[in-house]
Amino acid sequence: MVDQTDHSFSVDVASRGDIDSVQGLKAEARNLSFFYGAVQALKSVNMPVYDSRVTALIGPSGCGKSTFLRCFNRMHDLTDHTRYDGEILFHPDNVNILRKSVDPIEVRMRIGMVFQKPNPFPKSIFENVAYGLRVRGEKNRSELADRVETALRDASLWEEVSGRLDSMAFNLSGGQQQRLCIARALATGPELLLFDEPTSALDPNATANIEDLIHRLREKVTILIVTHNMQQAARVSDYTAFMYLGELIEFSDTNTVFTNPNSKQTEDYITGRYG
Amino acid sequence: MTLDTQGIGHHISRQFNRELLDLHAHVLEMGNLVSAQVRDAVRALIEADTDLAAAVIARDPDVNAMELHIDQECNLVLVRRQPAAGDLRLVFAVIKAVIDLERVGDLAKRVATTALETRGQERMASQIGHLGASVQAILGRSLDAFSRLDVDTALKVRAEDKAIDAECKAVSRQILTYMLEDARTISAGLSLVWAARSLERMGDHAKNIAEYVFYAVLGKDLRHMAAAEREAWIASRASSTP
Repeated sequence: MVDQTDHSFSVDVASRGDIDSVQGLKAEARNLSFFYGAVQALKSVNMPVYDSRVTALIGPSGCGKSTFLRCFNRMHDLTDHTRYDGEILFHPDNVNILRKSVDPIEVRMRIGMVFQKPNPFPKSIFENVAYGLRVRGEKNRSELADRVETALRDASLWEEVSGRLDSMAFNLSGGQQQRLCIARALATGPELLLFDEPTSALDPNATANIEDLIHRLREKVTILIVTHNMQQAARVSDYTAFMYLGELIEFSDTNTVFTNPNSKQTEDYITGRYG
Repeated sequence: MTLDTQGIGHHISRQFNRELLDLHAHVLEMGNLVSAQVRDAVRALIEADTDLAAAVIARDPDVNAMELHIDQECNLVLVRRQPAAGDLRLVFAVIKAVIDLERVGDLAKRVATTALETRGQERMASQIGHLGASVQAILGRSLDAFSRLDVDTALKVRAEDKAIDAECKAVSRQILTYMLEDARTISAGLSLVWAARSLERMGDHAKNIAEYVFYAVLGKDLRHMAAAEREAWIASRASSTP
């Protein structure tokens, strides 16, 4: 369990075979609280997000995991009567991305998001991926083409769409649309990608593709994923955070959480003993 | 920690509760059958009861069938429920314990076979009586620890196994003296030494089952741990338990 007073987050990650040294931080929530009007949805959450690793957020509906995720790219700014308290420090700049003076558009360029249901724009495949780059002011056609191809390759979609980049994104299957949304998020070169239940609307094959993709992407980008699927959290993540009623109950390496969790609340939830 | 605090029956899904409770109950049922096999095999050996020995040998396929049945149940729980944490450790412990119980069954069959080979050597065979009783006791205690998922009882099994190892050596030496006295007893004596060795192996399996209880309840794997580290851990646990 994370010590609520300790901000050093010196979690020993050497216990996992595939992690051989203490990993640096990409971001960290410090005493993060969040309010929808008078309702407090997050209660002083302290949590590290390790660089080039996948961290899963699990917990029952209403526990605050999606609220927590959305804080990272300032999604709540779009909703009235909401309030942040505390900090999310983004590294290596060590900047608090919740500060009013920090431009949320710039935050979203560096921290991308993929939603539960694929949400391609009513544009061509190419234009969907190029969208963020155009917003940034990129006009050079060959540069755009290169960046779009790289993003589609990174999202494991290039082979399937390279011959029809001008066709409408809606013509793709659900799984392909979701990978297109991942390519769109990757195109601007984000440092952190947020996934909000990215496979809940997909069939098992498309889900396996996305999970494979997440596993490969961790080499390039840090990932924070909300999932209701316990097995998915166990499969794709290096670290798992269990949240309940707006509080972070346990944060540990995923192997520990799913075989021998420290907290009884975590154990009750992942073994299906929660009401 | 005991069965109740492990909370096998506290899942939201009642069907999952039933599957885990059935699995646990079936291991104990297999344990009872194996214990009876050990008891009868030892009695057949000491009392030179060939009918009883034959009955033990005839019942061994029942033990094997139970192993297959419980393996199948474990497969179904894994594929249907994808258990995690304490549930996963319990299923893992069941899979392992069943292998040990089946081997104890095989060893009981071996002891029963020895009973058929050593007729007329009851005096020498009686040397094994106390060792046989000790093994039945440790197996019973191990199954008791498993039935209640009780780590304190499991700890006692570890200690008792050391005494059984020492007793096996002493019995083997006694049988050797008979063989030295009378060369005609060598064949039966060697069979009895093997029977003693089989009983000692049963103690090892009982210890293994106790170690699975540790793993299932506490998530701590004591197997293959260096003796000093294991003892230090047990001592630290004893001092931290009220």
